[in-house]
Amino acid sequence: MSDHEIIIDVKGLTKKYGEKTVVDDFDLQVPKGTVYGFLGPNGSGKTTTIRMVCGLLLPNEGSGTALGYDVVKESAEIKKRVGYMTQKFSLWEDLTIRENLEFVARMYQVENREEKVGEALDDLGLSARSHQLAGSLSGGWKQRLALAACMLHDPALLLLDEPTAGVDPKARREFWDTIHILADRGVTILVSTHYMDEAIQCDYIAYIAYGRKLIDAPSAELVDQVGIHTWRVEGKGLKALSRKLEKIEGVGDIARFGTALHITGTDKEKLRSSLEPYFDDPLLEWQERRPGLEEAFIHLMTGSEDNFQ
Amino acid sequence: MSIFSFARVKAVLLKEFVQMRRDRTTFAMMIGVPIMQLILFGFAINSDPRHLPAALMDRDQSVFSRSVTHAAENSTFIDFTHHPATEMEAERLIREGEVSFIFIIPENFGRNLARGENPQVLLVADATDPSASSGAVNSMKQIVAEGLRRDLSGSLGALAQAPPPVDVVIHKRYNPAGITQYNIIPGLLGIIIAMTMTMITAVAITREKERGTMENLLAMPIKPLEMMIGKISPYVIIGYVQTVVVLIAAEFAFEIPMAGSHLTLFAAVTLYIIVNLLIGFFFSSIAQTQMQALQMTFFLLLPQILLSGFLFPFLGMPRWAQYIGEALPATHFMRLMRGVMLKGADAADLFASFWPLGAIMLVVGTMAMIRYKTTLD
Repeated sequence: MSDHEIIIDVKGLTKKYGEKTVVDDFDLQVPKGTVYGFLGPNGSGKTTTIRMVCGLLLPNEGSGTALGYDVVKESAEIKKRVGYMTQKFSLWEDLTIRENLEFVARMYQVENREEKVGEALDDLGLSARSHQLAGSLSGGWKQRLALAACMLHDPALLLLDEPTAGVDPKARREFWDTIHILADRGVTILVSTHYMDEAIQCDYIAYIAYGRKLIDAPSAELVDQVGIHTWRVEGKGLKALSRKLEKIEGVGDIARFGTALHITGTDKEKLRSSLEPYFDDPLLEWQERRPGLEEAFIHLMTGSEDNFQ
Repeated sequence: MSIFSFARVKAVLLKEFVQMRRDRTTFAMMIGVPIMQLILFGFAINSDPRHLPAALMDRDQSVFSRSVTHAAENSTFIDFTHHPATEMEAERLIREGEVSFIFIIPENFGRNLARGENPQVLLVADATDPSASSGAVNSMKQIVAEGLRRDLSGSLGALAQAPPPVDVVIHKRYNPAGITQYNIIPGLLGIIIAMTMTMITAVAITREKERGTMENLLAMPIKPLEMMIGKISPYVIIGYVQTVVVLIAAEFAFEIPMAGSHLTLFAAVTLYIIVNLLIGFFFSSIAQTQMQALQMTFFLLLPQILLSGFLFPFLGMPRWAQYIGEALPATHFMRLMRGVMLKGADAADLFASFWPLGAIMLVVGTMAMIRYKTTLD
């Protein structure tokens, strides 16, 4: 296996429900051993795309492979080799933690089942509570259990659908540590998320809105590709300032970050000249800064709304 | 502020109407069940059955014997649908449930009648269901006497006077004392299994759908047939437990005879349990919610109770209702149970009831496999 092997390679995936196109002409190439982030608002088609990749939904159009198997015709082979963590907890709440893991291990015909389940319980730190019903676990623990369950058969590809939704920050950090360890071992991971701090940890990011991929780039290059410029302003009277700036040409998006405003535009010079009249205000402190992912996505979102609504 | 608000009542009421309109299945049930009940109770069910099939062996073939058979048919209680050549064939017909009666007129019946020797005719009745056979059994003597009255005129006029010139001998087979439980209890097992087995698997898949675990199952490499066998197998054991309970009660509480072999009974029960589990699995694969799956179960249970011959004589129903009945697994199971327990029929006798169950099993199993989706589409 070469390092440049493409694990997911799909083209033109399209999913329609009646008149509504949920995913539209979606291309995706995920190299082996990378963490690929799916970002986008609710209902943008992230879940549907992931489901089409692992054979849970049939695309209306388009084709491609996952792990070298055809996503339409060979989904049975894909299912054997993929670990899929659903957005909503989908293990059995009326089974114990151990029973859940054993069931999953049996379904995938895992060898040394007892041993594997024991290891997973130890890694989770749930060995002592293995006879507790899964339904009695808190959100964070459910999420960890679900990840452990979909890792039992050592899948080559992990599809994680908003795995950290509703999970506390500490558990999220630990979760991402695990993700990176797995990626280093050569597991390819496709993960959807709402969180920018998580997106930044991905090797690649695809931003999806209204069923379309707006941008797809290595996370380090993404902001540059979007082509935006940002000024940060702190001080008093920001609300009033924001209302005034909204109407000025050259100013794209204005977003509040804690105690500051981030003002973003596509034309560097125009943005500067638009803001210049306010630079002398003694109550305001201005600073030009490198735009972050958040600015980039807000910009993409506003742009896409114009296109699709 | 008022204590009782009509506005709030209206709010709830409107919400209920909207939700009722969305839930098409429930709405269809609310309308469909009464219509079905009207049709079944109004047209199909007949607790005083007429035109029951009978086998005729007229060994006399005289004017008198023909008068007797015409009288029997004109009574509308029985229709001579079969004319077996031998007694063995006649026995087979009644054991397999093809006919409810055998009517035998012996040789020299006419001659003996003319001589005033008071000849006998024999009516063998399948008394497994006492309510089905009682009409003909109770009135056959009078029907025969009435039928002969016109023939017995002139020189034979004296014979037409009481006492009746012919002796009608009646043999009530399988349930001579006419005990209703003999008929009901073996059949009841069929209804118990139909209700519980179908229900339990009907929610098997829909429960996974409702709890969100279906997505996880579908993401796993399991084939539909593996899923089906895995889902229904545990309940076969439950079905056996139910069977044992009913059989113990039948033996000790109701003292129902067990004329046939336990092995044949075991085969019949196994087949029937699987058929009902498969029906439930099929419902499960087409229903979206557990509620819908249960409604379908109920919808099927109604004709299974009413048209299977469980409560009302099967052969007393109109033709169209009998055709529907033939498509129901409970109908064939009733025949198998009564055949084995009361009539002592063996597997060969009961082939006519075994194969339809097998056919239903294949059809329903195939439909379930076609309907079961391996994707979330």
